[in-house]
Amino acid sequence: MAAPLKILIVEPDRDKALLMVDSLQEAGTYDISLISEMSGLSRRVSERDPDMVIIDITNPSRDMIEELTLATGPLERPVAMLVDQSDDSLTKAAIEAGVSAYVVDDVRPERIRPVIQAAITRFNMFRRMRDELAETKRALEERKVLDRAKGVLMKARGLSEDEAYGLLRKTAMDSGKKITEVAAALVTAADLLS
Amino acid sequence: MNATEISVAYIPLVDAAPLIVASELGFDREEGLSLNLVRAASWSSVRDMLVFGRVEAAQLLSPVPVAMALGLGGVAVPISALMVMSVNGNVIGVSNDLGQKLGPHGFQTARDAGEALVGVLKDKLRIGVPFPFSMHAELLYYWLSASGLPAPQSVDIRTVPPPLMADALEAGEIDAFCVGEPWGTKTVERGIGQLILPGSAIWSFAPEKVLAVRTDWADAETDLTARLMRTIWRACRWLGQGGVATTAAELLAQRQYLNLPAEIIDRALTGRLVISPTGETRHYPGFLEFYDGAATFPWRSQAAWVAGQMASRLGLDRAGAIDKARHVFRSDLYRRHLADIGALMPGASEKLEGGISLNTAVASQSGRLILAQNQFFDGRIFDPSQN
Repeated sequence: MAAPLKILIVEPDRDKALLMVDSLQEAGTYDISLISEMSGLSRRVSERDPDMVIIDITNPSRDMIEELTLATGPLERPVAMLVDQSDDSLTKAAIEAGVSAYVVDDVRPERIRPVIQAAITRFNMFRRMRDELAETKRALEERKVLDRAKGVLMKARGLSEDEAYGLLRKTAMDSGKKITEVAAALVTAADLLS
Repeated sequence: MNATEISVAYIPLVDAAPLIVASELGFDREEGLSLNLVRAASWSSVRDMLVFGRVEAAQLLSPVPVAMALGLGGVAVPISALMVMSVNGNVIGVSNDLGQKLGPHGFQTARDAGEALVGVLKDKLRIGVPFPFSMHAELLYYWLSASGLPAPQSVDIRTVPPPLMADALEAGEIDAFCVGEPWGTKTVERGIGQLILPGSAIWSFAPEKVLAVRTDWADAETDLTARLMRTIWRACRWLGQGGVATTAAELLAQRQYLNLPAEIIDRALTGRLVISPTGETRHYPGFLEFYDGAATFPWRSQAAWVAGQMASRLGLDRAGAIDKARHVFRSDLYRRHLADIGALMPGASEKLEGGISLNTAVASQSGRLILAQNQFFDGRIFDPSQN
């Protein structure tokens, strides 16, 4: 039995990195280590001498790892992007999910595949969480603006809350806009006039 | 007619101007295109997005498609550089510590600066560049070896992502850097470093960024390729006319693009840089060109020069490398797709790099074509036919 694949995860966010480790450990037996400090990254990576490096595609420090693709010393192990080793659809899925993986030349593709698949699943989960958070924030903002707009109308025109909401909705429908746009415009105008 | 959407990956730098201008001023819509500009955080991501079809086109460092043709770096997929999008635009800067040893701020020539560096150097000189395959790295290797600093024994040129360059300088991880704007200026603004030379002091006409697509895409989508090239060429021409720097700086400054004060961007566009934390300024004519001097023409000799430099440094077969690289710069497509709209076409597709000491009118297929000064600081001339 070959020694477990040495995987290095480069991720400044410690919580995210630990979740990655959990996901990979569910997928198989690996020797996993983490780097969360980005300075001198290529040196740190080559010191660990991993079989495989996983890094978020949106991490600007990724370019430092590209240096390792040029193995300049006789003992250095050249690293390649996943592409040369594995099938195209898997690589595409990885890029879509935001996973970039660098693999040392002599590692067999079938050893890499489950790792990449686990990483993709985990990254997609990160992205869903991020999207949901952004969506929640946006909904909250809209709600705040709508409440303020209702307040402005209630005060200025002596309307009830339901009437204020009705007026906003009617105005939005008549002008072909979203109710939140009308509310935002009203709030801005009210701020200017106060 | 609905516009055809074309996604283009880019890095938020001043020299992404042709893409941003094309989209903001509607040069894309004139061609029935709608550019979807995809901002990326690293050059490797830009390259991967292009290679794996996430985007149709990309702004690339001019040496990247050459390196890919030579099988260097992470991936090797045939990429075509359709045109040059910018010439020059890099700055070389040093830490305040090293700057103090070098003496008064700024240098007149790369020769002076190189001699001064060699004079004060005790240990290995560590220099940050944005990417292993970049004009930044090529200019530094060329300049330092011609100044008597043999790489790699006394120079360590390493990759530092531009947004982290000032931090690396402050932490003492590097002594100097070569980077595109606005990152040099940002270092000065933070009081961490000073600029000693523009990249153009080493090579006065260095192709910096190219518009790149996958070669199979250019072959399959002839019409879209032509429309994309015309779009970007018109944006470059617009940028090249006088008096638009302020407008361009405002366009680039917007939050979805560079997200910086327009004043910082304006410095690179006008070539008037603040070079030290004490506020000294220098005017570098030709600091960044988008159009003048046939800047957009993808000379095969430019690709050949880059390949020759890389091959020598990395111990590859030089003649073979030059041969492979030539065809990456698609002067053939440039001629085919841009002749109709008034782009001036030089008679040849290769020239002596470094062989033009003054702006020179040359034979062209129509109109008057002026080639800009094109010289290396040490006067060497690169003849692509002798290599």
